[in-house]
Amino acid sequence: MKFRIILTAASVLCFTAAAWPAEDQVQQLQLQLKQLQADFEKTRQQQQQQIDTLTRKLAALTGAPASAPAKTDEQQKLEQELAIAAELPVSATRSPPATVPAAAGAKAGSSYMNLSFGTLIDAGWSTAKDPSAQLQLGDHDPSKRGFLLRNAEISLDGAIDPYFKGFANIVLKLDKNNQTEIELEESFLQSTALPANLQLKVGQYFASFGRQNAQHPHAWSFVDQPLILGRAFGPDGLRSLGAQLSWLAPTPFYTELFLSVLDGQGGTAFSFRNPGEPDAAGSNRFAGRATMDRILRGPSDLLFVPRLASSFELSDTQTLVAGASAAFGPNDTGPASRTEVYGVDFFWKWKPADAAQGFPYLTWQTEALYRRFEAAADPLVPLPAEVLRDYGYYTQLVWGFEPRWNAGLRIDYAKGNAATYDVADPHRGERYRFSPELTFLPSEFSKIRLQYNYDHGDLFGTAHSVWMRLEFGLGAHAAHKY
Amino acid sequence: MKSYLRFILIPLLAAPALAKLNVVATTPDLGAIAHAIGGDQIELATLAKPTEDPHFVDAKPSFIVKLNHADVLLEGGAELEAGWLTPLLEGARNPRLEAGKPGRVSAAEGVALLEVPTALDRSQGDIHASGNPHYLADPLNAKIVAAHLARTLAELDEKSAPAFQASLKKFDDELEAKLAEWQKLVAPYAGRPLVTYHNYWIYFGRRFNWPMELFLEPKPGIPPTPAHLASVIGKMKAGNLKLVTVQPYQNRKTAETVASHTDALVLDFPSFPGGKGTEGYLEWMDFLVKSTVAGFEKTH
Repeated sequence: MKFRIILTAASVLCFTAAAWPAEDQVQQLQLQLKQLQADFEKTRQQQQQQIDTLTRKLAALTGAPASAPAKTDEQQKLEQELAIAAELPVSATRSPPATVPAAAGAKAGSSYMNLSFGTLIDAGWSTAKDPSAQLQLGDHDPSKRGFLLRNAEISLDGAIDPYFKGFANIVLKLDKNNQTEIELEESFLQSTALPANLQLKVGQYFASFGRQNAQHPHAWSFVDQPLILGRAFGPDGLRSLGAQLSWLAPTPFYTELFLSVLDGQGGTAFSFRNPGEPDAAGSNRFAGRATMDRILRGPSDLLFVPRLASSFELSDTQTLVAGASAAFGPNDTGPASRTEVYGVDFFWKWKPADAAQGFPYLTWQTEALYRRFEAAADPLVPLPAEVLRDYGYYTQLVWGFEPRWNAGLRIDYAKGNAATYDVADPHRGERYRFSPELTFLPSEFSKIRLQYNYDHGDLFGTAHSVWMRLEFGLGAHAAHKY
Repeated sequence: MKSYLRFILIPLLAAPALAKLNVVATTPDLGAIAHAIGGDQIELATLAKPTEDPHFVDAKPSFIVKLNHADVLLEGGAELEAGWLTPLLEGARNPRLEAGKPGRVSAAEGVALLEVPTALDRSQGDIHASGNPHYLADPLNAKIVAAHLARTLAELDEKSAPAFQASLKKFDDELEAKLAEWQKLVAPYAGRPLVTYHNYWIYFGRRFNWPMELFLEPKPGIPPTPAHLASVIGKMKAGNLKLVTVQPYQNRKTAETVASHTDALVLDFPSFPGGKGTEGYLEWMDFLVKSTVAGFEKTH
């Protein structure tokens, strides 16, 4: 082939040498040049094909995942016959599946770690000048007129060794001045080889409390976190460093028991050992009281989060998951003050057996929570010792009415008992909210959501907000939990 | 060992050996093959329903319980269950089903997968990095999977090994006989192309020599658009294509619209065995072949 190129090139050179500056000869020359270019391109392509074929053969020999081209029928048949022949004698000893000719790569996730990246971009408007002050208290909520980005998440997961799997979520956020904040949202390992249906999880993670707390914002059906979750667990949800042991009960239906023992210190354990925010004088306050840095005095000062969840198949097309959770731990308002949070949750889903890409479906999700917070006295303010009681619920219906579309409605309600300090605390008082939403999902990896919030609270009266959220995901296909 | 412990431990240890193997198949085609090989010697549970889109099965907690009890998991592999199997297995905490254990059977192993993408680019739709995972629509691939499963079952339950071997032989013989029958049936229509809704039946098409290169979806997983359907209709008219296949969960109306513009026939292709008259794998394949042949006869 090279010889042909040289020959053609040489002949062109000869022609060039004998060139006559006549018009038709120039044209002829151009034509020949074009022919030469075409020949060369053809040759190059042929060679590239040969290189490709050799590369694939090499890859097959070295066992590397090859991007094999469609095989001819004959090849395929031969390979299949070989595969069958190789398998016919059943050996009594265990032979690994690797003895099957690895005709195809057939390996998903052929790397040590799955990597994905997702971003939520918000745009919207509210009648409240600063929605972040009283309306939108979640850390990943749209909380500003105009554009905002409160969640760009890098997710990593993979097998650590034969005994553990590892997970991490690193979240980047832009504040209202477009400065980047970073947060190690989760990083934990989970056992894969414990006996007796047990599983251990150790690290920083979202506690298994109720349904939505452990979900990441991209898995939520609305753009913001439910009010009562914000009141009980603050802007970040309940997550802390610690360990969880869970047990799959040997019942005929799904039942799982969880117990987390968490450090429970800091803002991500909002109602617990949380120093709160600094006041004008620089001293940390929570629930109006100056907080103290409570050092652990014994194991009972840790945060305990038990949960029980069960699931039932109501019919071929309907599933119910119900759970009850609690969280017990000390809080930082006094040396002996403690907090208790209780919750019940249920999730119901209908999906017909011939759903296309998961549509249509109807889901109904409800959670109700109660918080009992012992606030110690602060003689300097002065504030008496008192018990703050908060309760509330959210209930939401989401209807996937046709492929790629869903519409939903959420009702939020939260109320706190009358206490001496709470005049200006956006986490207290009575408040309700109605939120209809409409979502379009161009594919599994992108989403656009429009939500309206009708908001009413003791503190701010009535507020209207419209939020739009655009969401995208890159990288490994994340499986969906139920 | 203290004597009372013996009464507790021995039954606990011996129980799994005496009981039938618990086999969980992810999809009904794998379930049908498992039934053909395992018969009454196994307890079989199938996760996805026959009419369900296998990529979009919900990871229901009840499946965690089934997987927790399983001795064998028969999965399609090749990313077929990528959207739902991983969290189920994490919840199931069943060491018998760990990758590499004999109880974990990835049916795609040993099957020559088609359409392995040269580049992973989602602008081309929802692609599968390991190739097209709907390989059981080729009966010869079913043979590979059956042999793989029979070997695994025999390893795990040596006592029933002869029964599994006999079932495998029966399955293979019947399949070969059927295949010969089908090849005769399809011969007059060799090379006639079909239109399919999703790029699902490529293995079936290759086995019976029916090219399937025209899809109602513009890209895998992307719903049909009017512009794309118009171009499909144009190509159908130009190439005289008369059959459009549609699966239970796909939009039959779209297929009917296209068919009405082209005098074509809509063929209902069940994605899996399990419907009426298509309970077994061979019955299902028989239905697919015969309804295609009947379709060609009608539109001749």
